[in-house]
Amino acid sequence: MTEVNPQKVSAPEADEQARVEAAAVAPSGPGNGRLALGRIGEARHLGLLIALALLAAVGLITAPDTFATTSNMVSLLALASTIGVITVGSTFVIIGGGIDLSVGAVMALASVWATTLATQAYGPVVMAICAILVGTGAGLVNGFLISYGRMVPFIATLAMLVAARGLAQRMSERRTQLVSQDNSALVELSTTRVLGLPLLVYIFAVVVIIGWLILNRTTFGRRTYAVGGNPEAARLAGIDVRRHTMLLYALSGLCCGIAAVIIMARTTTGSSTHGDLYELDAIAAVIIGGTLLTGGRGTIIGSILGLLIFTVITNLFILNGLNTSDQLIAKGLIIVVAVLLQRRSLQTAT
Amino acid sequence: MEDISREQTDNPSLLLMRGIVKQFPGVRALDGVDLDVRAGEVHCLLGQNGAGKSTLIKVLAGAHQPDSGEVLLDGQPVRLANPTAAMRQGIATIYQELDLVDGLSVAENIFLGHEQATFGFTRRGEMFAATRELLARLGHGEIRPSTEVGRLSPAGKQVVSMARALSHEARLIVMDEPSAALAHDEVMNLFRIIRELTGQGVAVVYISHRLEEIREIGDRVTVLKDGRTVAVGLPARTTPTATVVSLMTGRNVEYVFPPRPTGGFGDEVLRVENLTVPGVVSGVSFTVRAGEIVGLAGLVGSGRSEIMEAVYGARRATGTVLLNGKQVKLGDTANSVRIGMGLAPEERKAQGLLLDQSVARNITLASLGRYSRFGWLNRKQESDEAERLVKALDIRPPDPNRPIKTLSGGNQQKAVLGRWLVEGRKLLLLDEPTRGVDVGARAELYALVRRLADEGVGVLLISSEVPEVLGLADRVLVVRDGRIIHEAPATELDEHHVLDLVMDATPSHG
Repeated sequence: MTEVNPQKVSAPEADEQARVEAAAVAPSGPGNGRLALGRIGEARHLGLLIALALLAAVGLITAPDTFATTSNMVSLLALASTIGVITVGSTFVIIGGGIDLSVGAVMALASVWATTLATQAYGPVVMAICAILVGTGAGLVNGFLISYGRMVPFIATLAMLVAARGLAQRMSERRTQLVSQDNSALVELSTTRVLGLPLLVYIFAVVVIIGWLILNRTTFGRRTYAVGGNPEAARLAGIDVRRHTMLLYALSGLCCGIAAVIIMARTTTGSSTHGDLYELDAIAAVIIGGTLLTGGRGTIIGSILGLLIFTVITNLFILNGLNTSDQLIAKGLIIVVAVLLQRRSLQTAT
Repeated sequence: MEDISREQTDNPSLLLMRGIVKQFPGVRALDGVDLDVRAGEVHCLLGQNGAGKSTLIKVLAGAHQPDSGEVLLDGQPVRLANPTAAMRQGIATIYQELDLVDGLSVAENIFLGHEQATFGFTRRGEMFAATRELLARLGHGEIRPSTEVGRLSPAGKQVVSMARALSHEARLIVMDEPSAALAHDEVMNLFRIIRELTGQGVAVVYISHRLEEIREIGDRVTVLKDGRTVAVGLPARTTPTATVVSLMTGRNVEYVFPPRPTGGFGDEVLRVENLTVPGVVSGVSFTVRAGEIVGLAGLVGSGRSEIMEAVYGARRATGTVLLNGKQVKLGDTANSVRIGMGLAPEERKAQGLLLDQSVARNITLASLGRYSRFGWLNRKQESDEAERLVKALDIRPPDPNRPIKTLSGGNQQKAVLGRWLVEGRKLLLLDEPTRGVDVGARAELYALVRRLADEGVGVLLISSEVPEVLGLADRVLVVRDGRIIHEAPATELDEHHVLDLVMDATPSHG
């Protein structure tokens, strides 16, 4: 049956809770929210930049002769690039609502695998490809266990941390494997300088840029925020959450492989002891950078700034000849302060 | 009646609530509610969604403070300042989602929070003995105090919740839809326990949508409508269903529904055959045609949402689903979206929105592929499209970059619908699209849904509000106990008839 006139059918009032809810979400002033959100974003990075500037000032005051030198800056960046590359991968995983504890161990495994005599026989390019494939493969295993095996990310990657470290020890028989003379081209990544900076710093920069582009300019990045922010909503919007999650861990593994190439270049070795506790540094950098551990929020730039803050602190302690234990205490404090400040700015803004 | 003694007409009131008013910002949830509960009776509370039942029991539980009105226990005015205070007065509330700790034992759950206070001992043996005694009192001596609560069935958990209420020496137990999660024989057992409790002088406030239950267990009924008491102390067994239903059906707010199309509908968009979700939906078959709005009417727990989720692939099911004549792979939402379905889920915040993100990003979430090439986003195209949709849907404020959590419920819902306003949508599944939406925005949503249908989309609609289903849908399927029990054009049904169908009738299980 059809009708032409608008029907008038009466109904009881809206669901009471709903009414309450609707009333509680009273609209704020016009344009308010946009400004507030913009301000959080800016303030967050601004705060990190200020912290970094303060640390630099401390460096200039306490170690005027050594801190601001070119060589110190270069070594600082070279130091940052290994964990830096890993941090990019970790940022993706954490925004996607997961965590990857296996990064340091996977990097060690990749470095050992790439420096075995058998791999070294094929030359530096194959060594690099090998490291990247091993990293990506380990990441895929993580992702598969988490997405399709429905394991908790913490547990799956913890298992990978232990197992990858063990496998690296077996392969290397706990010996440090040197990059042979024939493959010194790999080491040149750290010795060859362009515009005063070693090549590996450029690798780091390229990874950051590509990571930023993927996160901010592609559907993959957009979906990463959705999967981390509200997996159920993402699934109901037609996103293949499992496959996406698996790819996130593969991406993290890929970054570990690249980091393995950098550390081989820097140290001229592959070793099962490489990257010890890197997972903690990477996670700390991501958190200081303002990414929520619960997922759905965060930026690459923030993570990199967080990492630089950590690296500069280490550098300052070394330059001033201070105790490394105090350095750890300082880092712990920085994490706490950073998170407290972020919580504060979030609360005032919303 | 053969059991007239149960009506206990001479008993004085145990609980008396008078003129309870509860105002929330912009909303008066309770507008002068009276309730009179006597010791040893089962007092049923009836009312449609939004009538004020849940606010009222939260006032009773001490979770909400009334703005005015008085509460008297045994004739003495009391103030239920918080849940603990209510418990001390002997009022225990058993919510629908039982608040038990799965990882703790039965005994630990029962004495959680008052391990020492009430009994003055912490020794395990004595706690177990007390637990055994309480469970025996409820006729469930077979539940062991050391069992982990997570291992119990829903019925077993309910028994533990009641034992907990008793451990607080409750004189009044409020039960919010206790039978919703139970099978038929478990409901019978629940009733036996309730009778045992009332026999010991405990009063029970019983909330249920199922009239047949109320007839079986209830003594008296209070009916709420739009935050007011419209009937006090009706005899539960003898009041005719028609009287109860007409008391519940409100005539306060007029909704304007868009006109139905004058022509016929298009081809069949959706065909569902023998769809079964184990334990929830049994062998449901129906069709939706292009341009047609088909409404699913039924209570929460009837299986209506599960039917929708199974069609969409968000829930495991067996059976056949055909979209435009082609078989749909079940259990794969990504595929469902690809072939032209869209879902606006029931829990907007939990299942629909990315609360931290902007309106634009929420709108374009499901159609990112359209604004990208090889995964690379064309951000200009994306923001143009978001802006166009914000305008077309009249989302206010009209700022696509605003965080979606700052919008009202109605505008959030428009954004969720806007997600599917792209070419190639053939079927839209709308689960409670107007929940949490104020009256003004509802009319806009109705018009929007009708416009989509007029453009040739098939729509499957769920609403708890019967007038909404009748006003908006072209055809109505009434769902009860996981089956479609009635099907008719909306114009041939009225609210009473549908309410009768979804609530009463003979139990089809057991």
